[in-house]
Amino acid sequence: MPNTVRAPAIEVAGLTKTYKSKDSVVEAVRGIDLRVEAGQTYGFLGPNGAGKSTTIEMLCTIRNPTAGAARVAGFDVVAERDQVRRRIGLVFQQQTLDLQLTAEQNLRFHADLYGLSRADAGRRIDEVLEMVALADRRSDVVMKFSGGMKRRLEIARGLVHAPQVLFLDEPTIGLDPQTRAAIWDYLHDLRQRTEITVFVTTHYMDEAEHCDRIAIMDHGEIVVEDTPEALKSSIGTDRIALRTDDDELAITRIRERLGVEAGVHEGQVTIAVPEGAQVVPRLFTELGVHIRSVTVTRPSLDDVFMTYTGRTIRDSEGPQGSAFPFAGRR
Amino acid sequence: MTTTRRDVGPVDLLPEVRNDMSHQLRATWVVTRRELLRLRQDKARMVTMLLQPVLFIFVMGTGLGSIVDTGGGTDFRTFLYPGVLATSVLFTAAFAGISLVWDREFGFLREMMVAPISRASIIWGKCLGGAIVATLQSLVLLALLGTVGIPYSPVLIVQLIGCLFLGALLLTALGVLLSTRIKTIQAAMPISQLLIMPMMFLSGSLFPIAGLPEWLAVLTRLNPLTYVVQPMRHFTLEHLSLTAAEQERLVPVLTWFGWQVPVGVQLLSVVVITLGLITLAARVFKTTE
Repeated sequence: MPNTVRAPAIEVAGLTKTYKSKDSVVEAVRGIDLRVEAGQTYGFLGPNGAGKSTTIEMLCTIRNPTAGAARVAGFDVVAERDQVRRRIGLVFQQQTLDLQLTAEQNLRFHADLYGLSRADAGRRIDEVLEMVALADRRSDVVMKFSGGMKRRLEIARGLVHAPQVLFLDEPTIGLDPQTRAAIWDYLHDLRQRTEITVFVTTHYMDEAEHCDRIAIMDHGEIVVEDTPEALKSSIGTDRIALRTDDDELAITRIRERLGVEAGVHEGQVTIAVPEGAQVVPRLFTELGVHIRSVTVTRPSLDDVFMTYTGRTIRDSEGPQGSAFPFAGRR
Repeated sequence: MTTTRRDVGPVDLLPEVRNDMSHQLRATWVVTRRELLRLRQDKARMVTMLLQPVLFIFVMGTGLGSIVDTGGGTDFRTFLYPGVLATSVLFTAAFAGISLVWDREFGFLREMMVAPISRASIIWGKCLGGAIVATLQSLVLLALLGTVGIPYSPVLIVQLIGCLFLGALLLTALGVLLSTRIKTIQAAMPISQLLIMPMMFLSGSLFPIAGLPEWLAVLTRLNPLTYVVQPMRHFTLEHLSLTAAEQERLVPVLTWFGWQVPVGVQLLSVVVITLGLITLAARVFKTTE
């Protein structure tokens, strides 16, 4: 993939955001470095309060960094704010459509705000509506749309002005699995047809598999950054989950005979070992406990996330998650 | 990633970045036009907003008319009409102004905030759009001129529309200014009511401002809406032949420390206050949003 000729879509150096209040200083983002090549789909993961939203907001010119610099589509996010804005598309977690207007009116408003000519706007609106399969609903008031349709329309709107970088903050949150799959289909289709760079945050680890590269952020820092495959193999262990008649005894025997610490997760005795498939026969011969079922799982991105943040991404979703009171979106 | 077809590259649709006046004006117009589109989608709002002024003129005006002495043959409703016309934009315009709180609550504000436009053009667009919408809604009431004995004079109609727009802009600007500070719908509604009702009563829209007790006279002169209501009444009564007694009672004479303020100066003061409010709103919006 000799893509080195082009400038990176996103280039971040020492990016820092500190929130000061009366009696505390919160470092939401602690001097991160990041480089996203043009044309990539880049996954940005992390528990709530990790600083993801603040980072995205700085990249999208909504917030100014406390220190450090970021260039998006070749322009500085502070000094050349409007240049950046014209070249990025944004899809927020929170819905930002005008529900009282029709789909087409929402898109036209957007095209006008971004200064497209009338002819360009008309052509682009047709194209993006076609892409998200909403062309036949263009004259309907958005209030009548389902959650999935609204989301598709927002993605379409983010693309109207032909941005070079599309930012998607939790684009599939709250949607049913079919709609989630459909949205990723659109994103794949989009990448097939254009050179667009997609920067996406998600809570769904299966979706992160779609990305070319992934960064995991925690406590305001990027803890790891690589391709999904490399991240998974970096863990180096498989997970074996057992259902037994006597979990206590099984755990003791596993410790004694295999020298591995086991735990109980979701009602199953769970151990992490390299080459899990080869350990299974030993479990049957050495435990002396009746085993009702065995599952061996190759490392998933969930495990990657767990390894690097100490939490599963679901644990981190809870309301207690936001460690930074200012980092949440309004 | 290996088989990337590139038949549609990133299209350079975007004109050169011009952060000049014409770009900002265009952005303002886009925001303004959205308010007009929304009005068209919301026809129920148009009708309900008209109910209140009609009640004021025909129910209250008729009911009180029997005990109010205008000093001649002029119907009390004729006197009341310009004041009620002015208050009709009071409600619609303030409502249009605080719709910024709705925009924030329902997320659409963010769509405007991240666009390559200035924050001032969002504020100007909201103000102009709200004012045009409120003026349009009040136009229907102009059709009632004849029913209260006022001639359909083109000059008068133009004068009234001009005043209506100015009053609407004043109130929309006030609503927008409130919205820059108030972040929730629950708070915005009662606070705007708290502002609107005194403004309505203290503008002399429902009673003559001549011969008021000192405290009330001071309050009416501090109320910017007074300088919309009184010119409208002045223009309306000009087109009627009034007796000397009626002239004295009905035609407003506004004084500042004894100086009789000309209608033009009254309207000019509204313009100045309105521009001040919009500028202030834009400034607050820029620093807090």
